[in-house]
Amino acid sequence: MAMLEVKDIHTYYGNIHALKGISLTVEENEIVTLIGGNGAGKTTTLRTISGLIHPRSGEVFFEGEKITETPAHELVYKGITMVPEGRGIFARLTVFENLDMGAYSQPDRSNFNDDLERVFQLFPRLKERRSQVAGTLSGGEQQMLATARALMARPRLMLMDEPSMGLAPILVESVFETIVEINKSGTTILLVEQNAMVALSVADRGYVLQTGEIVLRDTAENLRQNEMVQKAYLGIE
Amino acid sequence: MSKTLSQNTAGPINTFLIVQVIISILFIAFLTWRLYTVIDSGAYGPDTWLRFAISGLIIGSVYSVIAIGYTLVYGILFMINFAHGEVMMLGAFAGYFVFEALKSIPVEATGLSFLDSYQIVSVILAFLAGMFISAVVGYFLERIAYRPLRGAPRLIPLISAIGASIFLQNAAQVTFGPKRRTYINPASLQRSVGWRIPVAGEEVILTYTGVLTFVLSILLMVTLYILVMRTRYGRSMRAVAEDKQTAALMGINVDRVISNTFVISGVMGGAAGVMWGIHNGIIYHYVGFIPGLKAFTAAVLGGIGNIPGAMIGGMILGVVESLGPAALGIDFQLKDVIAFSILVLVLIFRPSGIIGEVLSEEKV
Ligand SMILES: Nc1ncnc2c1ncn2[C@@H]1O[C@H](COP(=O)(O)OP(=O)(O)O)[C@@H](O)[C@H]1O
Ligand SMILES: [Mg+2]
Repeated sequence: MAMLEVKDIHTYYGNIHALKGISLTVEENEIVTLIGGNGAGKTTTLRTISGLIHPRSGEVFFEGEKITETPAHELVYKGITMVPEGRGIFARLTVFENLDMGAYSQPDRSNFNDDLERVFQLFPRLKERRSQVAGTLSGGEQQMLATARALMARPRLMLMDEPSMGLAPILVESVFETIVEINKSGTTILLVEQNAMVALSVADRGYVLQTGEIVLRDTAENLRQNEMVQKAYLGIE
Repeated sequence: MSKTLSQNTAGPINTFLIVQVIISILFIAFLTWRLYTVIDSGAYGPDTWLRFAISGLIIGSVYSVIAIGYTLVYGILFMINFAHGEVMMLGAFAGYFVFEALKSIPVEATGLSFLDSYQIVSVILAFLAGMFISAVVGYFLERIAYRPLRGAPRLIPLISAIGASIFLQNAAQVTFGPKRRTYINPASLQRSVGWRIPVAGEEVILTYTGVLTFVLSILLMVTLYILVMRTRYGRSMRAVAEDKQTAALMGINVDRVISNTFVISGVMGGAAGVMWGIHNGIIYHYVGFIPGLKAFTAAVLGGIGNIPGAMIGGMILGVVESLGPAALGIDFQLKDVIAFSILVLVLIFRPSGIIGEVLSEEKV
């Protein structure tokens, strides 16, 4: 049984038919990527899985349980966290307070301190800035904070929406190194990216999304070799 | 293209700034002149000024507590809960009925009523009742008048708020009658009785009810501030205020936080209502309206959405409207005019208030 199973979902914004029957699966311990151009429906797919919006038809299963209509704030308790597009850090809260919000679903204080140590090891920069107001962090630091905050919820499945957005190439590399590291320590990852090159280099499998439909599904290796992907998303003629 | 745009916008802003500065200077000059004539005429001695200042601080502390109710709700929903004054009024009635009920219970051991035998307990009961009733009203207000309109354009919940305000006022009038009622305080909390402080050969009375009101207001505000700034629950409120969707992704039940915000704001309003009753004495169905508007002014003055701003704004407003008529040598009936002139001036010249920040449209 797949950890996450999305079955033929149709999601609308009013009359706009944003997802036209998306189906995908994510197996435990995989990194799966969802690539596609601007407006393809990547964010909408993640928002539908995370319960921020609900599909008009179709179903979503997490570890065998139907979560199609489950509201977002309950899904965190089941083990799904999302790092939203644009990072969504709480700009007026401090770094520590942001991390504390990440652990909102974890009432156990002894876990909290262990988890805090763990994310500070992963991102020593955040430890230095612990009491700083998050809005004053640089873009790279904000991405670290958004990722660290998601980890504080002890997710089994982490949804990431364009973590490379707006970052310098060097930072993008380190973000993806961290993603691999997080995955190795036992968190399954569904990664949305416009930056197909980097995404396919870390992922096991990938889906290509175009105007609300999945047009390709394959291993990351095969997608990198695929002519259409190369032309449309990797900038290779 | 962008150059011409910025030039076009720079012009009016500069003119506006200059006008603003000129008006401010004229205004300050006028105030200084009035103040000078009043002090020079020796119409009021130092004791009188002190009396005004004290009464301003006491009323101001009540404004602050009410203002926090506006600010909390605004901080989370970006809407003005215009029915908050009525929430306060209903709390004042709850406290009133508790005192009445306790007054009618005789205690054999003392030969007095419960109210006069166990005064501290009575006061605590009145406050608990006021805070509870207002909390319940706040909760249902949100559920019935605001939640169905969540996501509607901002003007619509505002209209609903005004409707709720009128409804609650009329409901109170129908239920309790239009007559003015006087709070019967416990024996040691009689109004205008207190400590006598000699000032320049005169006596200034520091009333017990005033001191109770002031101290309790400060306690309530400090407690609330600690709750919001230092606890995980308070953090979750601030997270919801910033970004509801991301807050939900953290596992925060946004609807519940919003409900609880109205409950907390009701608790503050109810406490303010009982303080109003104990200190000022008279309550009726309309008693929440003016303090509500004043507190709204205070919240705007301090910077709406900002808790310390509401506290400071309330105190300043209380003191200014209390000292203002004397300082300007105008009629005391005009103190409301001073308060609302402040509202208009702040809205025109500094909509973000004393310590507030301008909220971007995008956030709204
Ligand atoms: N809040 C919204 N209201 C209306 N339409 C939206 C909204 N968000 C996204 N859309 C539309 O849905 C489609 C998919 O958008 P999105 O999922 O954000 O794409 P992507 O993340 O791949 O760039 C686009 O056509 C977009 O215009
Ligand atoms: Mg997107």
